Amino acid sequence: MNRINKLFQEKKERILSVYFTAGYPNLDDTVPTIQALQKNGVDLVEIGMPFSDPVADGPVIQYSSLVSLQNGMSIRKLFEQLKDIRQTVDIPLILMGYINPILQYGVEAFCRKCNEIGIDGLIIPDLPLNVYEEEFKAVFEANNLHNIFLITPQTSEGRLQLIDSISSGFIYMVSGNSTTGAKSSVSDFQKSYFERVNSLGLKNPRMIGFGISNAETFGNACKYARGAIIGSAFVKAMEGSGTLEQKVSGFINAIVIQS
Amino acid sequence: MNYQVNEKGYYGEFGGAYIPEMMVPNIEELRLKYLEIINSYDFRQEFVGLLKHYVGRPSPLYLAKRLSEKYQSNIYLKREDLNHTGSHKINNTIGQILVAKKLGKHRIIAETGAGQHGLATATVCALMGLKCIVYMGAVDVERQAPNVKKMRMLGAEVIPALSGNQTLKDATNEAMRDWINNPVDTHYIIGSVVGPHPYPDMVARFQSVISEEIRWQLEEQTGKENPDRIIACVGGGSNAAGAFYHFLDQEKVELIGVEAAGKGIHTPETAATLTLGTPGVLHSSRSILMQTEDGQITEPYSISAGLDYPGIGPMHANLFKTKRAKYLWATDDEVLEAALELTRLEGIIPALESAHALAALKKIQLKPEEITVVNISGRGDKDMDVYLKYFGY
Repeated sequence: MNRINKLFQEKKERILSVYFTAGYPNLDDTVPTIQALQKNGVDLVEIGMPFSDPVADGPVIQYSSLVSLQNGMSIRKLFEQLKDIRQTVDIPLILMGYINPILQYGVEAFCRKCNEIGIDGLIIPDLPLNVYEEEFKAVFEANNLHNIFLITPQTSEGRLQLIDSISSGFIYMVSGNSTTGAKSSVSDFQKSYFERVNSLGLKNPRMIGFGISNAETFGNACKYARGAIIGSAFVKAMEGSGTLEQKVSGFINAIVIQS
Repeated sequence: MNYQVNEKGYYGEFGGAYIPEMMVPNIEELRLKYLEIINSYDFRQEFVGLLKHYVGRPSPLYLAKRLSEKYQSNIYLKREDLNHTGSHKINNTIGQILVAKKLGKHRIIAETGAGQHGLATATVCALMGLKCIVYMGAVDVERQAPNVKKMRMLGAEVIPALSGNQTLKDATNEAMRDWINNPVDTHYIIGSVVGPHPYPDMVARFQSVISEEIRWQLEEQTGKENPDRIIACVGGGSNAAGAFYHFLDQEKVELIGVEAAGKGIHTPETAATLTLGTPGVLHSSRSILMQTEDGQITEPYSISAGLDYPGIGPMHANLFKTKRAKYLWATDDEVLEAALELTRLEGIIPALESAHALAALKKIQLKPEEITVVNISGRGDKDMDVYLKYFGY
């Protein structure tokens, strides 16, 4: 069974997913970061594949992507780093990135490699639903990869139902109208959006992301979904001083213990 | 062959809408409504009226006698430089501001490179009383200072884009991020035939007034509707799309686009996308791009701030692939010489962008009986510092 489905079967609430940019702050931080996240109790990890023009991202992830690329990161390099990851890590792993570098690598070769390494899902913000269905779905499924779709407060009910029908891992519920890293607290507007989505009886579980940055926002988001995703705040925390292990445990403990 | 966009938003294999979910409602709304809006009687009346009385259309089609003598042929100039705000960009912004109003949007955003599209957007926003925010690469803010001042005087907020190379590509990224953050009240006026469907088609339709006029003006002056060739510069490709539009199906009319080669196509400092690029997805459409093997977009260079874009509109990628149009390139030096040549022979100072089209005259065989139309997409006022520095006046 795909590790994402297993996670959602076993853990019913407060699922913590963390995004980080591969190759940031240092090129070889990728694997130690994943290991430290698992060790500190994170349930799911989203590994960011940097792109030169990340239009859905705010300044923190833009900056980490730029540094990572300057460090020499590429899909090829990332696959090299991750080749033995399943010897030490057993939580679900998702790759997140934009479509163009994947197209240049070759979609089929990319998916095969993901499967070989033990990647469980992909989040590709600029892969539209119709193109996914026509060109990508078959090869994703053949390689046991879940495609995770995003929804926003503007997503219509018809489209929500459509996304639910072709999703198989979870649905990524974007908390508001924003790029990544926006400040957020659960406003009345968001509350009614979360409640509206929850009332639809969708078959896929939801995770809330964008603007989740600390124990308080994580705790709030968990009231409206199976869990939440932290990205920019974690990436920012990795810039500080201390060892990688200290930074990861300091950040994650503050979320898990206090929320 | 059909060179127009198909019902799925593609030109051959190029185009589409590779947009994040956050942009879906706006793009879908536009896709479902744009044709109905722009084909409506009310819209046509207002659009055509503004083009005539506000922009000053039709722009002249002028037989450049001394230039023709020099090249031993018949060269006509389509004078988009004489439009209000100094370039073809206003044709599109007039169209899109009317669409934005029909969609009930109150806030307008735009990206700009040379500042011509930003200026044209700021102008129509002032005309309609709408709030205007223009994203412009920080480097371009510096090198196109006169346009920045004009935009500010017109009431627009000019926000320098500080990411990447701080030019047109980065300004476009910032505008897209703004739209993601402001999805309800905002319309994004894209300035070229790039971006997700339906933008390339919508912008091409608004710019198609250029070739519509060329046809009847040429017939009026020569008795022929079709020239032998049309030459236009291409960055994203909007003035070329407009100049080619009504001739796409006239296969005998040779269509030539001219890209910015910067310091040369064998140097890293170039923006000759079709000459050097490969297929990929940038700014939400599948086209031909300048990128690394790993799919990272490379930073283009051109002396002209309006052409240093690492992609090109999907319509042009398809015209290139099907060989319906030919794409040449011109270096900075060739462009500067061509600008001076037109200035001295005809008393017209062209924009650096348009001078790329003129530079192509030296690269093709012109026969004495042939008619060539060169699209002068903009005027050179904004480029005076560059010209003065190069020629040392």
